[in-house]
Amino acid sequence: MAQTSRQPVASLSSHVMAEINEALKRYPEDQKRSAVQSALHAVQHDNGGYLTVPLMDAVAEVLGMAPIEVYEVASFYSMLETEPVGRHSVSVCTNISCMLRGADDILAHVEQRLGIKRGESTADGKVYLKCEEECLAACAGAPMMMVNHVYHENLTPEKADEILDGLE
Amino acid sequence: MSDERVTIEVDGRKLEAEKGEMLISVTDAAGISIPRFCYHKKLSVAANCRMCLVEVEKAPKPLPACATPVMDGMIVHTRSEKAVDAQKGTMEFLLINHPLDCPICDQGGECELQDLSLGYGEGVSRFNEGKRAVRDKNIGPLIATDMTRCIHCTRCVRFGDEIAGIRELGATGRGEHMEIGTYVERSVDSEMSGNVIDLCPVGALTNKPYRYTARPWELIQHAMVAPHDSVGSNIFLHSRRGRVMRAVPRDNEQVNETWISDRDRYGHFGQYEQRLERPMLRENAEWREVAWDTALSAAARMLRGVDASRMGMLASAGSSLEELHLFRRLAESLRCPNLDHRLGLGDFTDQETAPLFPALNCNIASLEQADAVLIVGSNVRKDLPIVHHRLRKAGLRGARIAVINPADFDFRLPVAHQCVAADIGQELAGLTNAVAELTGTPMALNLRDAIGKAPVTEQHRAMAKMLSEGRQSMVLTGALAEGRQDYSLLRVLADYIAEATEAVVGELPVAANAAGAALAGVLPHRGPGGGPVDNPGLHAGEMFARDDMEAFVLMGLEPELDAVDAAAARKALRAADRVVVLTAYQSPEMLEYADVLLPIAAWPESAGTWINLEGRWQGHQGAVAPVGEARPGWKVLRVLGNELGLNGFDYVSPEQVLDEARTLISNAEPDIPVTAPVVASALRPSALMRLGEVSLYSTDPMVRRAAPLQKTADGVRARQLAMHPADIDRLGLAGAEYAEVRQGEGRAVMPLVADEALAEGCVRVCAGLTETRDLGQRFGAVEVVAAEGPGASTAREQNQA
Repeated sequence: MAQTSRQPVASLSSHVMAEINEALKRYPEDQKRSAVQSALHAVQHDNGGYLTVPLMDAVAEVLGMAPIEVYEVASFYSMLETEPVGRHSVSVCTNISCMLRGADDILAHVEQRLGIKRGESTADGKVYLKCEEECLAACAGAPMMMVNHVYHENLTPEKADEILDGLE
Repeated sequence: MSDERVTIEVDGRKLEAEKGEMLISVTDAAGISIPRFCYHKKLSVAANCRMCLVEVEKAPKPLPACATPVMDGMIVHTRSEKAVDAQKGTMEFLLINHPLDCPICDQGGECELQDLSLGYGEGVSRFNEGKRAVRDKNIGPLIATDMTRCIHCTRCVRFGDEIAGIRELGATGRGEHMEIGTYVERSVDSEMSGNVIDLCPVGALTNKPYRYTARPWELIQHAMVAPHDSVGSNIFLHSRRGRVMRAVPRDNEQVNETWISDRDRYGHFGQYEQRLERPMLRENAEWREVAWDTALSAAARMLRGVDASRMGMLASAGSSLEELHLFRRLAESLRCPNLDHRLGLGDFTDQETAPLFPALNCNIASLEQADAVLIVGSNVRKDLPIVHHRLRKAGLRGARIAVINPADFDFRLPVAHQCVAADIGQELAGLTNAVAELTGTPMALNLRDAIGKAPVTEQHRAMAKMLSEGRQSMVLTGALAEGRQDYSLLRVLADYIAEATEAVVGELPVAANAAGAALAGVLPHRGPGGGPVDNPGLHAGEMFARDDMEAFVLMGLEPELDAVDAAAARKALRAADRVVVLTAYQSPEMLEYADVLLPIAAWPESAGTWINLEGRWQGHQGAVAPVGEARPGWKVLRVLGNELGLNGFDYVSPEQVLDEARTLISNAEPDIPVTAPVVASALRPSALMRLGEVSLYSTDPMVRRAAPLQKTADGVRARQLAMHPADIDRLGLAGAEYAEVRQGEGRAVMPLVADEALAEGCVRVCAGLTETRDLGQRFGAVEVVAAEGPGASTAREQNQA
């Protein structure tokens, strides 16, 4: 793959490299690819919530993988974004427990308040409302939503407003 | 897997199998057919199509035959209700999203999905929802995509990963959104990429240049040998109404397994380009088409009146053995001693001691068993893709592979040690000293003098250790060594290294019949089978270097592209009074130097035999009739012999010619001296040396005219001038789009690219191209200066004229 790796790839920040190296410690020397998810996660976080092709190519180079193998992983997992999205990731669970406890109303409220539909980001690039989130295993606190990896349970429209207002 | 044998029962038949073997390979061997899409005998097991589900007694659910290891006493039903139900269920799901556009699909008639849906599909679909559609990808000039048809068997993905060693295709997305593709817009550039067309069980990946030109049931299949490289891959040509339409692989475990290179698959697309269809004669500087008898008697007249010692006879090493044998007989009868086929050889000083023929000295298949391999001066991946694939298998098994090359050619195999240097001779000398240091094997004094104290590096020591530790070590030299003016020295060094480390030394010739031409005796110093000749003549290098050659007879050649010194060849040909050319193709260049053109058949149009680099004789009958009035080369040579009134040119069949050649070769008593001369390197080191590689799509006249191949990334790259970025900076060429390379009188303007893979001091300017035919030695000193674009240079040439 030398021909491809010779193409310009994004450079990863020292902070991201440190995280990748930390993840690599968990795997045998010849299994560097095992760290691909951790690496993509770190890169996505560092890049404001989404991945780009040059960044994925950089991960491929660091882990000695073919770029397509990294694209496969990135496009498979819904936690990894391969298109530009807003800085704050908001996922409203609409799976069965939450649905029975009024998640549809919460979602409608959030959509109206942000002025966007599921799968869209606000024009100012602040909030990304993720498309149809599957069960996040917090049924006991339904309805719930996840904002930047933090769970918020037993939601009411007012509580949702409060959380969204708190975003920078 | 253990050696333990087990007995299983399939559909009431008792079968013996090796314990742990997959069920499907046992049933395949026994001729019991189980439907499948994702399973392929040469690829890893994915078990993702679920088509091969069979009933196994005591198993609660049907099991996939491709991923179920056999166990003693296992009872399997492949056609029971449970098995067929499972298979039909799978088929129903596979057809949910398949577009069923068979009438407009190129795969129609040879489609695995179509065939199996006949047996397992329902007439009516229960699926009423919309089918998904997938956007097609442009993955280059060789493979067409219709990704909506894809059933996600992932054979193409596994091929890239496991066989080609370059992961270009992948499965992105998930579930309903999963797609096979490259994700980013890019071409698939593997030199074996076309194999995914055969692997694809549906019409998702099809042959782009062949597309929409024929239906499988209209085609006639011909078993052939592909004479585009010295492997001689076995192929089928498919023809319709007397025209070759496509090439597909023919299984031969000993040679190409089930794969072929893209050159063998798409090379035939040059078959009908620029063909010479009728004999042509130059009269008073005017070319006109003439009848065969006029052309032949004109050719005979020209040859009769020439001083044979000032006549050169040159044949392509891609010609068939039959043609080469008769060519030599013609030279013998004309008492012309100046006979050769080695246009790509840079150094003839050791021709007396050169091996009988350029040989691998091991079987292609047994390359996989080698455990230490040194490759010297070869872009084996592009030159001989099948050999590279075997070496890759060896490497993946744990063989250690070392490389000495003027560039890091990005081999798709694990390279243990690599020296990349403009002067590979110095590196090989260093390795020789390292081997001497390690093994203490005595070195002849003149050899010691020739290499002096070539510095030994850690890499050299590691390579020396690797070779001497290997139980089956090999030292292989390739085209980038063969074309150098110090090849004889490289050969002596390789021999010394091999002897000291108990390795086998072999060559990697590129031309399809490099072995056959040497064995047929198309040489100035040896007869058939390496026997002696009474009157040794001039070799190819001398013929072109002399300025008093009166006549040339050329067969299957474009010397201005084939010769190691293209400019010298062109000059000599233009200076000669009479040039008789037997050729399938014509070019403007040829019309300048030739006096009579005799049209011969291209390889698919004539019976022929080729001897590959392991010494394997392989032949075929013509698949289609020659175009126009062209005739098979052996027939043209026979009639030319008759026309000249020579004795013994009354062959009636190619078999008769072949038998005669075979008898001469096997009865010969070669007497080859063992001690090779040591000649100090004739290469004068220079700040900038040319790497005049013959790109894989410039190797023979047909391939050069195959448009799909020229459009590939490799085809485009061949026309660029590449240098290491440091050299570009050093010469102040940074930012220049074009550069001019100067060699002697020759000039060529090419797009300039930076390539870190090249050694510093090395300029990649490919040979075998019209763009570079004015240049000299493929591995000589050159200068590079910035240049304007090609439009500007044409204008300048016109001004000069």
